[in-house]
Amino acid sequence: MSKRHPLVLAMAGFGYAILYIPILIMIIYSFNSSKLVTVWAGWSTKWYGELLQNGQLAEAAWISLKVGFWSATIGVVFGTMIGYALARFRRFKGKLFLNGMATAPIVMPEVVMGLSLLLLFISMENLIGWPAGRGLLTVIIAHATVGMAFVAVVIQGRLSDLDISIEEAAQDLGARQPYIFFAITLPIIMPAIIAGWLLAFTLSFDDLVIASFVSGPGSSTLPIVIFSKVRLGVTPEINALATIIVAIVAIGVILANWFALRSATTRSTDNS
Amino acid sequence: MGFGSLKRYLVIIPPMFWLGLFFLIPFFVVLQVSLSDPALTRPPFTAIFTWDGWWPTGFLGDLENYEFLLSDSLYINSYLNSIKIAGIGAFVCLLIGYPIAYVIARADSRMRNTLLLLIILPFWTSSLLRVYALIGMYSPNGFINSSLSWLGIIDQPLQLMQTDFAVYSGIVITYLPLMILPLYAALEKLDDDLTEAASDLGATPLATFWRVTLPLSMSGIVAGYLLVFIPSVGEFVIPALLGGPDQLMIGKTLWTEFFNNRDWPVASSVAMVMLAFLVIPMMFLRNTQGRREA
Repeated sequence: MSKRHPLVLAMAGFGYAILYIPILIMIIYSFNSSKLVTVWAGWSTKWYGELLQNGQLAEAAWISLKVGFWSATIGVVFGTMIGYALARFRRFKGKLFLNGMATAPIVMPEVVMGLSLLLLFISMENLIGWPAGRGLLTVIIAHATVGMAFVAVVIQGRLSDLDISIEEAAQDLGARQPYIFFAITLPIIMPAIIAGWLLAFTLSFDDLVIASFVSGPGSSTLPIVIFSKVRLGVTPEINALATIIVAIVAIGVILANWFALRSATTRSTDNS
Repeated sequence: MGFGSLKRYLVIIPPMFWLGLFFLIPFFVVLQVSLSDPALTRPPFTAIFTWDGWWPTGFLGDLENYEFLLSDSLYINSYLNSIKIAGIGAFVCLLIGYPIAYVIARADSRMRNTLLLLIILPFWTSSLLRVYALIGMYSPNGFINSSLSWLGIIDQPLQLMQTDFAVYSGIVITYLPLMILPLYAALEKLDDDLTEAASDLGATPLATFWRVTLPLSMSGIVAGYLLVFIPSVGEFVIPALLGGPDQLMIGKTLWTEFFNNRDWPVASSVAMVMLAFLVIPMMFLRNTQGRREA
C-alpha cells in the first residue's frame, strides 16, 4: 500500500484548510482600512490603534489575565497533588473517587458546570456569608476547578511514563520522601507542570460560558466582552484583537515546541 | 513508593476537599433547585425543606419542573436536536480528521512534528475566536458571499449563517483537534508489517484499510468520537453565534431559561436531565481511556 496516496494527501490538506482559512481571512481583514468588512479599501493598521484606545476591552483583558494567572496557579498546585497521588500512591481510601472527580470536570458540559457553581456560591453566601457576591474570586475558583482536572491528567501521564527507579534509588540511598519529591521528581516533571499551567491559563482565558454564570458586575472577562460585541456581527476591532491573540499563541506554541525538540536532541546526544 | 500514610493524606485531602466542595456538592444544589418552584425572591426559587434549627422538618420539593420539561415539546426537541447535531458533527469530524491523522502517523519524524504542531496550534487559540472567524466567512456580506458575487457567480447572497451547515462547521473548527489526537495515537501504534502482510497476501489498498487499519484504530475512533460528541451536546457558543433563532440546542435552551426567563428551577432540571443523558457516553469514554492506558 502506497504510503502517500494522493487522494489521502488531498483530503488531509482539505482538513488543514478548513482549520486555517477562516483564521487567515480574519487576520487579513484586520488590516482592512474600511469599516465595512465587505469592502477592501487597502492596508491599514488603524484598527490596532482603535483597539488600544478601547478602555472596555483593555480592562476586560486585564481581568482575564488576572483570573487566568490565579486560577492556573491554584489549578497547577492542586492538579499536581492529584496527579502525583494517582500515579504514585498504590492504594488509598477514595482513590477511585478522586480519580473520577478529577477527570469529570474535563467532560462536563460548560453550561452545567457554570450553573452548578453559581447555585453553590449563592447557597454558600446565604448559609455562611462567603463568598460575598460574584466577582473575580468566584471566577477564579470556577476556572481553577476545571484547570486542576486538566493538570492532573497531564501530570499523571508524565509520572506514569517516568522511570520510577530513579525515585527508588534515592529512597534506597536514604533520602526522605518530601526531599525526593522536591529534589528529584519535581525538577524532572517541571516541563509537564509548565505545560499544565499554560493549559489551565488558556482554558481560563478562553472560557465564556462558565465565566458568564459566575462573574458579577465589574468582573466581565475578555470573552464575555468579545461575545457581547460579536453577537451583533463582525467588527474590525475584534479582528485586530483576535489577530494579536492568535499571534501570541502561535509564537508561544512554536517556541515551546522548538525548546522541547532541542532539549530532546541534547538529551539523546548526551546519552549516546 | 510514596509517602508515609499520614503525609499521604496531606497530599490527598486538600484537592479532595476542593473538588468535593466545588464540584460534587454543586450537583446536589442543582438537584435541590430543580425540585423547587420559581419565586419572586432573591434567589428566585423556593426552599424545598422546612427547618427547625439544623433539623429538616418537612420536604416541599416536587417533580413539577421535570413534568413541565416532558409536557413542552421545546425541551424534548432541544435534547433530540442536540444529540442529532452532536452525533452528525462528531461524524463529520471523524471523516475530516481520519485522513489527517493517517497522514501525520505515516509521515517521517520531522514532517510529523510540524503537522502535529499545526493541529495543536488552533487548539491553543480561543474557540470563541475561531467560531467568530467563521462568521466572517459565512455572513451575508462575509468572505464567501462577497467573493462569489465579485466573481459574478451569485446575485443574491447565499444563506450560510443560521443554518445546520454553519453549526456543523462550528463543531468542526472547534473540536477537530480533539478528534485527530486520539486517532493519531491509535494509528501511530499501528505496525506497518500488518498492512504490508495484507497487501503481500493480495488485499487491495481499500480492503487493507477496511479490514486491517480501520479495526486496529477503533480505540482512537471511539475516543475521538466521544471527545467531540460529549461537549458538542451541551454546546452554547456555536448555536448562539452560528445557528438560527429556531435552531434548538439544549445548551442554548438552558442559557435562555436561566438568563432571559430567569427560571432557575427549570434551568436546573434541564441541567439534571442533560447530565443523565451524558452519563452513559462519559462512562464509556472513561473505559476506553482506561483500557488504552493499561
